[in-house]
Amino acid sequence: MVPRKFEYFAPTTLKEANSLQKKYGSDAKLLAGGMSLIPVMKLRLGSPSYIIDLNRISGLEYVKPAGGSLVIGALTRHHAIETSKAAREKAPILCETASWIGDAQVRNMGTIGGSLSHSDPSGDWGATVIALRGSVKLRSPSKERTVKIDDFLVDTFATDLKEDEILTEVSVPIPPPRSGGAYVKLERRSGDFATVAVAVQISLDAKGVCTYAGIGLTALGNKNLRASKAEAALVGRPLTAKVIEEASEAAAEDSQPMPDPLRGSAEYKREMAQVYTKRGLELAVKRAKGGK
Amino acid sequence: MAKASKNKQAELVPVKVKINGVDYSRDVEPRLLLVHFIRDVAELTGTHVGCETSNCGACTVVLNGRSVKSCTMFAVQADGAKIETIEGLAKNGELHPIQNAFWENHGLQCGFCTPGMIMQAYWFLKENPNPTDDQIRMALAGNLCRCTGYQNIVKSVKAAAKEMRS
Repeated sequence: MVPRKFEYFAPTTLKEANSLQKKYGSDAKLLAGGMSLIPVMKLRLGSPSYIIDLNRISGLEYVKPAGGSLVIGALTRHHAIETSKAAREKAPILCETASWIGDAQVRNMGTIGGSLSHSDPSGDWGATVIALRGSVKLRSPSKERTVKIDDFLVDTFATDLKEDEILTEVSVPIPPPRSGGAYVKLERRSGDFATVAVAVQISLDAKGVCTYAGIGLTALGNKNLRASKAEAALVGRPLTAKVIEEASEAAAEDSQPMPDPLRGSAEYKREMAQVYTKRGLELAVKRAKGGK
Repeated sequence: MAKASKNKQAELVPVKVKINGVDYSRDVEPRLLLVHFIRDVAELTGTHVGCETSNCGACTVVLNGRSVKSCTMFAVQADGAKIETIEGLAKNGELHPIQNAFWENHGLQCGFCTPGMIMQAYWFLKENPNPTDDQIRMALAGNLCRCTGYQNIVKSVKAAAKEMRS
């Protein structure tokens, strides 16, 4: 399988990349890990005339604490996040999410910035960044702006990125003590896209009352969705079995699944949204209390 | 037509890589996939083209120290890189311990997936020299074998790990 012809650029600075974007507009496409873009080009589902390869720009691969946040360079490979000490200590749900993406070779190439910019509703990162209430930094020739993940993910394969903007950094607030997160995923076989997946992040106070809840859904709508009703069913309450059950039912209501000929009907996915939210919450609560 | 062919010439980009310690350079179309550079330009046909859709892992090579599927990468992206392929593993006529372990443990039948399996195992055992069976299975999840049922492949990787640690 051979893609259509294109012209290739490998800028070494963001500034240079931005000016190429400005010059070629919507005929140009940014290449990060290429784990979605290259298959799209090979299958000729999309044939950009200009490819701007970001991989020669240095300084975009890192995971580090900055103030009260953990910041991740857009070109950081999934594998680097999976094995990041900083992520493991500060927000281990990031490591767990990374471990569920594709297979080892895909995780060696694929990047968090590329994945989020692609906004595939079956993509894993969107749900987890939603659960953590993270944001992304976007850079254009004239300015830099920060956008909340909920506003960044607009629709299937559509984001808030303008033609001359590049996603440069993902930022997530570091959860306080007594927090727990989990990314739970149902897949047909190892390495497949999610049938459904749920990202859960919670915090408890000393008495076990939930002070924070973030729940993101994968493959349960036109994009990664926030399960707002489920979150509201948790905050301010002790996370008993009954409360978890109620929140899981609410997550099923929050979901807007579309039938997928390969991975199940909308009804099935909605059922699984409930099952996986429950499993995710149980695991997150256990972890918040110090379990594994 | 003249214009088209002129454009075609202008489109070529230089690619220079080191594969198993040997330099290869050629001006290629940007759309040339790395696996085709390895097979057709460098004439190293040990790296196989399987599914062409980044599912099967037969095209796995190690690029600057990390395993990648060379069918899902443009050759031009690898410009300046060091690449290791199956041909680079045996030294002085001696099989690499992973190759030897596949031989000893019957880790293959038809052999089509084997170069990819071995290159993936080669990368993985550097990451994790003492893996559990489950970790081996996870590491090889992106490599499909239609013959063996994987049991002997896992056994081979485990045996290779033991040999390489000693």
